[in-house]
Amino acid sequence: MAGMAGSKQGGWPVHVAVIFLVILWVLPTFGLLVSSLRDKDLLAVSGWWTALTTTERNEVGRAPPPEEQAQEDAEYVISGNLFEADSGARVARFGVSIQRPDEFPVGETAEMRSGALLTVNEDGSYRMVSTEPFEGARGQRLFYTAAFPPDFTLANYEEVLTSEGIGQSFINSLTVTIPATIIPILIAAYAAYALAWMKFPGRALLLSVVVGLLVVPLQMSLIPLLKLYNDVGAIFGVPSKTYVGIWLAHTGFGMPLAIYLLRNYIAGLPGEIMESARIDGASDFDIFVRIVLPLSMPALAAFAIFQFLWVWNDLLVAMVFLGNGDDQLVLTGRLRELLGSRGGNWEILTASAFISIVVPLLVFFSLQRFLVRGLLAGSVKG
Amino acid sequence: MAAVELSDLKKSFGAVHVIKGVDLDIQQGEFVVFVGPSGCGKSTLLRLIAGLEDISSGELKIGGDVVNDVPPSKRGIAMVFQSYALYPHMTVYNNMAFGMKLARASKDEIEKRVGAAADILQLTPLLSRLPRQLSGGQRQRVAIGRAIVRDPKVFLFDEPLSNLDAALRVATRIQIAKLSESMPDTTMVYVTHDQVEAMTLADRIVVLNAGLVEQVGSPMELYHQPANLFVARFIGSPAMNIAPCTIEGANGQARVKVETGASVPVPADIPASAVGHKGTLGVRPEDLRVAKDGDAIFRGKTLLVENLGEVALIYIDSGDENEPIIAKVDGSVDMERDVEVGLTAAPEHFHVFDENGRAFPRQRA
Amino acid sequence: MQHLISALIAIVAGVGACALYYFAANALLDIILPFRDASPRAVRNQKLASVIRPWLFLGPALLVLGLYLVYPVIDSLRLSFYDRTGEEFVGFSNYGWAINDPEFRQSIFNNLLWLIFVPAVSTGFGLVIAFLTDRIWWGNIAKSLIFMPMAISFIGASVIWKFIYDFRSEGSVQIGLLNAIVEGFGLAPQAWITIPFWNNFFLMIILVWIQTGFAMVILSAALRGIPDETIEAAIIDGAKGYQLFFYIMIPQIWGTIAVVWTTITILVLKVFDIVLAMTNGQWDSEVLANLMFDWMFRGGGDFGRGATIAVVIMVAVIPIMIWNIRRANAEMENR
Repeated sequence: MAGMAGSKQGGWPVHVAVIFLVILWVLPTFGLLVSSLRDKDLLAVSGWWTALTTTERNEVGRAPPPEEQAQEDAEYVISGNLFEADSGARVARFGVSIQRPDEFPVGETAEMRSGALLTVNEDGSYRMVSTEPFEGARGQRLFYTAAFPPDFTLANYEEVLTSEGIGQSFINSLTVTIPATIIPILIAAYAAYALAWMKFPGRALLLSVVVGLLVVPLQMSLIPLLKLYNDVGAIFGVPSKTYVGIWLAHTGFGMPLAIYLLRNYIAGLPGEIMESARIDGASDFDIFVRIVLPLSMPALAAFAIFQFLWVWNDLLVAMVFLGNGDDQLVLTGRLRELLGSRGGNWEILTASAFISIVVPLLVFFSLQRFLVRGLLAGSVKG
Repeated sequence: MAAVELSDLKKSFGAVHVIKGVDLDIQQGEFVVFVGPSGCGKSTLLRLIAGLEDISSGELKIGGDVVNDVPPSKRGIAMVFQSYALYPHMTVYNNMAFGMKLARASKDEIEKRVGAAADILQLTPLLSRLPRQLSGGQRQRVAIGRAIVRDPKVFLFDEPLSNLDAALRVATRIQIAKLSESMPDTTMVYVTHDQVEAMTLADRIVVLNAGLVEQVGSPMELYHQPANLFVARFIGSPAMNIAPCTIEGANGQARVKVETGASVPVPADIPASAVGHKGTLGVRPEDLRVAKDGDAIFRGKTLLVENLGEVALIYIDSGDENEPIIAKVDGSVDMERDVEVGLTAAPEHFHVFDENGRAFPRQRA
Repeated sequence: MQHLISALIAIVAGVGACALYYFAANALLDIILPFRDASPRAVRNQKLASVIRPWLFLGPALLVLGLYLVYPVIDSLRLSFYDRTGEEFVGFSNYGWAINDPEFRQSIFNNLLWLIFVPAVSTGFGLVIAFLTDRIWWGNIAKSLIFMPMAISFIGASVIWKFIYDFRSEGSVQIGLLNAIVEGFGLAPQAWITIPFWNNFFLMIILVWIQTGFAMVILSAALRGIPDETIEAAIIDGAKGYQLFFYIMIPQIWGTIAVVWTTITILVLKVFDIVLAMTNGQWDSEVLANLMFDWMFRGGGDFGRGATIAVVIMVAVIPIMIWNIRRANAEMENR
């Protein structure tokens, strides 16, 4: 089929169109990543796309205070460097007033208002020379135009992980997600086996109910369960917002899809294998544990990925069934809170958002094969 | 004492009656083959014996005990499936050992029995492989090996060769025949739709049709003395030619007259009461030969001549409603299409069936 | 750290308890109803056990389904006829309130917009991308990248897009990509998400961005499932690219398109996080799911009105539910 005239292989318009679409889809996330790695002051004053190339901007430096001046022969000298070591920045021009930071080319000597002579070199080193001693408490301001190479920092991540509670929320998210992923798999796998291979009255009806529950909106469950949790909490004197509570809630909400996916897969396993095991003396329990479970790994993995992504990314269930305290706020909840309280601090929002999406992205890219298979089992085959 | 005894066995799925009352005694050490067209219930019958389906009514005994409600694993049977049904995630060794492990047999015992079975089937070098690393023939041998390890009283085969290619099918068939010879006390029940397998393997063949037994007998009995039209047409390839006829003579002088007007003596015990009734005359293609002028029983234009080298099949038009008559003759014969030809056979090769398709008993030659 | 340890303990305990339940329940059944031999008693026991055993396997699943889905659906229905505390029967007054409430009407209108726009655009884009990426050697990489937003939470996506829609007053440097582009064309920057009516579309784009990958993956598989022979036959008959696409391929995957469409439709009805994070319903962008959440807690929580809005969402889902059940049943009979 490949190479057949006019059929499968696209020409350059196809390539261009797909490149355009891919850029369109990746750009938003890419922008977030770039922004989260930028210096927070720069982030607020220039678009993230400017951070990728060398940019020229006007800057103001400050020389050391006069007390650090040195005396060479009859002259007083203050010297230093505008840049930190290895920054890679290059001075293009400099000036002596804030209005004209590009008055002099590098290497030239300019006369400052105080009468001192200033020389700035391309690498940022400068030298102020005066016949009179420098005076005052603060250092002289130096104005220059420089080309800065792309400069990235992990400072934003350090900040959100330590002082914004993102680190704690990350652990909370894991605490919610892992049990809420594993428990429903086990429960659903047994039910799926029973629905696929055991004979009992009402099997078809039960399957219809599961298919029906697949699309029940979460919203229908919230209020009754909130009431129920509050009542249980009040009657037994336990807190109503607990991790166990949210594990069970996610187990319940994920159950129809889990049963549906796993049943479809398990029903597709060859029946002769199970009959053969039965002749070998295996009970239903043996067959499930020793034959069906190992053979269903692809389906179990597919559902596990679904459930993991869904629970990790969930905001609604967490807001209703978990508290707002530091010990219970999950990443999505924390992100929402930051959107309210730190709405303008893009360095915090972007770094936090990226931390919240990095785990699902890792899961996604490493296990995409299973996810696709699961999606197809859940949709195309119906 | 029969190894397997079926008494008026019936099975229905809802309103669909699949097995409509089967009586059959299978002796210990016997190799019995169930054949029949697809949907005749042969596989269901085997599954009833295995215990994979519940028996609707009737009685099933294995080794003298009624086992209607005994779970499959406790019936003393082993089964080889069409798809082999190997456990895909277990090695060959574990596939063969699975049943014994479930029965909590000792490690030594398992190793001994699996080793012995692997030896018989030349599977020893493959024991640590997974089924997906094996060829079709090897998989089939593992499936047989797994059955041997169970040391069953009754071996059940459900079309075990139909997933193999032609060459491998012959080789495996010979292997199964050898296996059965080497285990003279073990009863084998084998289901197939392939009459070559049935003819070559069976001590006795059970021909099933629409949930009922049509005939039980040795391969040669079925070939030479089919009990009815169904069996006559089912065994043998190409199928037996049949032609409507009128019964003319009975007792010592049994004769029938066919539509071409020819009247032939037949080697059958026909009661006098049948004279004048309609019947069916049957003759196998391999027994027909091209007739000299005058003594032809069938006559018509050749529709088609298929020369297979060794033999040639001649199809002649025997009238609008009837199927063509086929003759299997020597391949050296030279014949054109669309020429008038006559066919005949020696009288001892004729089969005669009554109005209901039942065969009149044949006189032994 | 302490959290992690307790989480680990919880995982082991929770999963262990589950596993133990199945093992113990099964073992118990074998002890109560032994069938080690072929005696009539054993035979009877075995029959009884095979009646009970499915329910042991199903038990926990049925319990969870009942408690977390079946019971709440019934209770929500009941609560929609009760007052804010859920104690006093008020008949249809919650529904009466909803019909006359401008916020509710706005939500219905906006939800309709979402229901039309998001499934249509996602499915359309998904179909086109699936078609195009099947024709290039690096198609799988492209698919993977376009599929990626599926892994991102709605709230994470909201941050990403809020940054794109960011607005600075005219004259200052725009750090939002959209306004930077708009300025690049010489136009005035806008506070996109505060423009009534049109802001809906800026929110919907986020969901389209997330869901197109889903549509693409499913439709790509469906396109690949089309027998090559039908396409080859059409090529021999002289069909060109777009004709192949519209006359040969699309008609063969209608079923799958319908599945994708309905799946996204259900998702749209439940969309909540995006609106909450972007506007919280301000500037006329409210939707039902967010309104429902709002009423759950507004002024201490109005369970009656919250439940009423939930029921409205449920009613919208029911036709799809019935269609799904019919489809599944038909499929089961074909098996």
